[in-house]
Amino acid sequence: MKIIVNGCGKVGITLLESLVAEGHDVVAIDNNPRVLSEVTNVYDVMGVCGNGTDSDVLLEADVGNAELMVSVTGSDELNMLSCFLAKRLGAKYTIARIRNPEYNDKSLGFMREQLDISLTLNPELMAARELFNILKMPSAAKVETFSARNFEIVEIKLKPDSALDGMKIMDMRSKFKAKFLISAVGRGEDAYIPDGNFVLKSGDRVYISATSNEIVKLLKEMGIQQKSAKKIMIFGGGKLAFYLAKKLSEGNNAVTIIEKNPTVCERLCEALPKVTIVNADGTDQEALLEEGLLSVDAFVSLTGMDEQNILMSAYAHTMSVPKIITKINRQALMPLAESWGLDTVISPKMTVSDVLVRYARALENSQGSSVETLYRLMDDKVEALEFIAKDGLDFLNVPFKDLSLKPNILIAGIIRDRKTIIPSGEDMLLVGDKVVVFAANQRINNLSDIKR
Amino acid sequence: MNRRIIFYMLGQILKVEAVLMSLPLICSLVYGEKNAISFVITIVLALALGFLLTCLNKPKDKTFFAKEGFVIVALSWITLSVVGAIPFVISGAIPNFIDAFFETVSGFTTTGATILGGKEIETMSKGLLFWRSFTHWIGGMGILVLVMAIVPTDSGRSIHIIRAEMPGPIIGKLVPKLKSTAKILYLIYICLTLLEVVLLLCGGMNLFESFVHSFGTAGTGGFGVKGDSIASYSPYLQWVITVFMLIFGVNFNIYYLVLVRKIRTAFKSEELWCYVGIVIAAVALVTYNIRNLVDGFWETLRQSAFQVASIITTTGYATTDFNLWPGLSKGILLILMFIGACAGSTAGGIKVSRIVLLFKRISANLRHMIHPRGAEAVRFEGKKVENETLNGVLVYFAIYFVCFTVILIVLLFEPFDLETNISAVAACFNNVGPGLALVGPMGNYDIFSHLSKIVLSVAMLLGRLEIYPLILLFSPASWLKRRKIKK
Repeated sequence: MKIIVNGCGKVGITLLESLVAEGHDVVAIDNNPRVLSEVTNVYDVMGVCGNGTDSDVLLEADVGNAELMVSVTGSDELNMLSCFLAKRLGAKYTIARIRNPEYNDKSLGFMREQLDISLTLNPELMAARELFNILKMPSAAKVETFSARNFEIVEIKLKPDSALDGMKIMDMRSKFKAKFLISAVGRGEDAYIPDGNFVLKSGDRVYISATSNEIVKLLKEMGIQQKSAKKIMIFGGGKLAFYLAKKLSEGNNAVTIIEKNPTVCERLCEALPKVTIVNADGTDQEALLEEGLLSVDAFVSLTGMDEQNILMSAYAHTMSVPKIITKINRQALMPLAESWGLDTVISPKMTVSDVLVRYARALENSQGSSVETLYRLMDDKVEALEFIAKDGLDFLNVPFKDLSLKPNILIAGIIRDRKTIIPSGEDMLLVGDKVVVFAANQRINNLSDIKR
Repeated sequence: MNRRIIFYMLGQILKVEAVLMSLPLICSLVYGEKNAISFVITIVLALALGFLLTCLNKPKDKTFFAKEGFVIVALSWITLSVVGAIPFVISGAIPNFIDAFFETVSGFTTTGATILGGKEIETMSKGLLFWRSFTHWIGGMGILVLVMAIVPTDSGRSIHIIRAEMPGPIIGKLVPKLKSTAKILYLIYICLTLLEVVLLLCGGMNLFESFVHSFGTAGTGGFGVKGDSIASYSPYLQWVITVFMLIFGVNFNIYYLVLVRKIRTAFKSEELWCYVGIVIAAVALVTYNIRNLVDGFWETLRQSAFQVASIITTTGYATTDFNLWPGLSKGILLILMFIGACAGSTAGGIKVSRIVLLFKRISANLRHMIHPRGAEAVRFEGKKVENETLNGVLVYFAIYFVCFTVILIVLLFEPFDLETNISAVAACFNNVGPGLALVGPMGNYDIFSHLSKIVLSVAMLLGRLEIYPLILLFSPASWLKRRKIKK
């Protein structure tokens, strides 16, 4: 599929990388020749240098034959215009990144319709939702939801004293009453889809899938359940911090934002009346202590600089803040942060890239049961995908025990009429079911791909 | 330096060469020649070595950078030539290995300089003649481009390899995927070659010779099957070859643009028009200059057009002994050797686009002297040229003439006149083939000592790969070892 990516910033490059790995024909547009030559040196894409809102440049990128145009330049307005032009010049679908809060209200739908944009992306808003979910379940390092929150996966890092250390997965069912499934395990660099004989070790990243109630139950049984964070300190007052604080303050949480820039502070005060805005340098430990770092439930670093975020999170870690979340954009820094004990890391660009990959895969499979939701876990080694089983699937009504799946594939859950089923061998797939599948080290485009 | 990936690619190249060598083997078998066995031995050798290298060097770490790209290309071409020379030695056609190496390098680099006399060529076996010309065809578009088109690679960084192998100051892709780009280039190349074969067949040339000459033209090489090159063929055949030499001197991107019906963009190419302009001017001058030597206007035009096309595209076929031409014509041909044809074609030389950029840079500098505060931007093909690219062109010129001088100094020890020596270096370095005086179209390179033959072989490789890969191959800084990371 031919895809044009306009803008090679942080998000743009992440998208390029994912899309090339998916096997698409990708054209990158950027007005900085240096950035472009860097990009074309590393990724198998064609570079077009110029302004993405210039129709000549778009034509040079062969927009007329493009299936999808994604505009992720730094400016919302440029993205809108560029998508609008691309659509007029023949691109089938367009996706624009629009992240300014002013555009992301009720008017967004109207604008999307008028400009004929297929999808708008707001990485910060998406990341804020993800953060919100994690803060509600602080024992998890990651929470991903499927199908209107009926089904969730949470990532838990096994601490050395964990009850699960050395336990066979088979034995877990008898030990815990909760209905759940261990759907994937990350150990070091490797990713596994475990079977019943798999033995867990401390240090593993375990992905548990179940309904949210069952997950809470399980965490309680394991004795690692933490209450949802109520007092939250956010370091940095960017867009992500704004979206998160807004969502948190609506739920009566005590939120403090530490921001250095006084004008930004003023703006935040105006927009977020319930939130405490502190005009201070967040790298000043004294200021953090004064604002109550020792009494908060969670510390979230969301400045634009990875280094600052990692350092201050590490400081909060030494101050024994119960839950620490760090925003890191450069993937290479993530293992470093993890080695410092910062196990909950968020990266808005990765979230966006997941959404886009799902969108592209769904476009490729307009027939059949295409991907509804997609999350990539553990450096993209494992994917969790949600499909809707449609008529014509060849293994409908076949009990799973009679079904031979490809290796490293797991059916983790079925959502039937808003009820979640953790499948056993007797269960089967019916028309209209939503099904969540885990796949390690392979790509699944269509539900029928999981059968051997 | 990622050594594993270098030797892995080298193994792949050897395997591909073995496969390619099966074509001359088939040719040999069809004509029932005894020395088919020399191809069999070489193929077995290349396959064994190839599999050994790829099995021992499965790369774990697939990241590599520009320097690895250069080194892969340089090593591949040297290995390719060494292995390619083996059939000549085994069959006894060229018993001395250095001579055989010179001949094969000359083939792969699409030079067409030979150490064989007219009689030796005419008595050579069909299989070897086929291989000799086929090396032109392989070298013309590039072996690594071929490898990229057929061998699966999952790294976007392969662009470094293509960039090191393809001639020209700016290498872009035709389509987003490198693999598809390589495939398209080879497809255009194959189609044009087959078209020439058909047209030559229509002119009454036999099948074997049609193929040999098409390979020679397509790669802009110049190996033929006769001592007098193309002179004894009919005017129709000479015109066909003239036109196809010029066609293969055009940037292949233009053919792609025509294929995807962007004809207007294709014909806006500045480089194309400069190339056409130079050809027309040179033909006109030479025709005027030799009008008294040849009878009849059309005969004169044909001879001058053929020679000009042959030299500017750095092919090296000849229909007449241009050594007998007056000084002006010989001078024009010598200058054309340096200019060469378009970037992104199969031709050698400095390339028209570099010459155009050089002149634009000069005029920009002159303007700057008149308006010291003036802001300058050099435009080429409708776009501003980055300073980095311009600098690259200037440095290329400098390094080009440094190399030229060093090679010339070695050749000066030969007991020949200056015209022979200078034109020999120019003809080899620019991948033309025949030079002037003793190495003219009717002479050959056997007169030189072994040392000079090796130096000229290096000159040919330098010319084909545009200097940098070979220099980086021998620079210790590009061979620094990578530390193993414990995980």
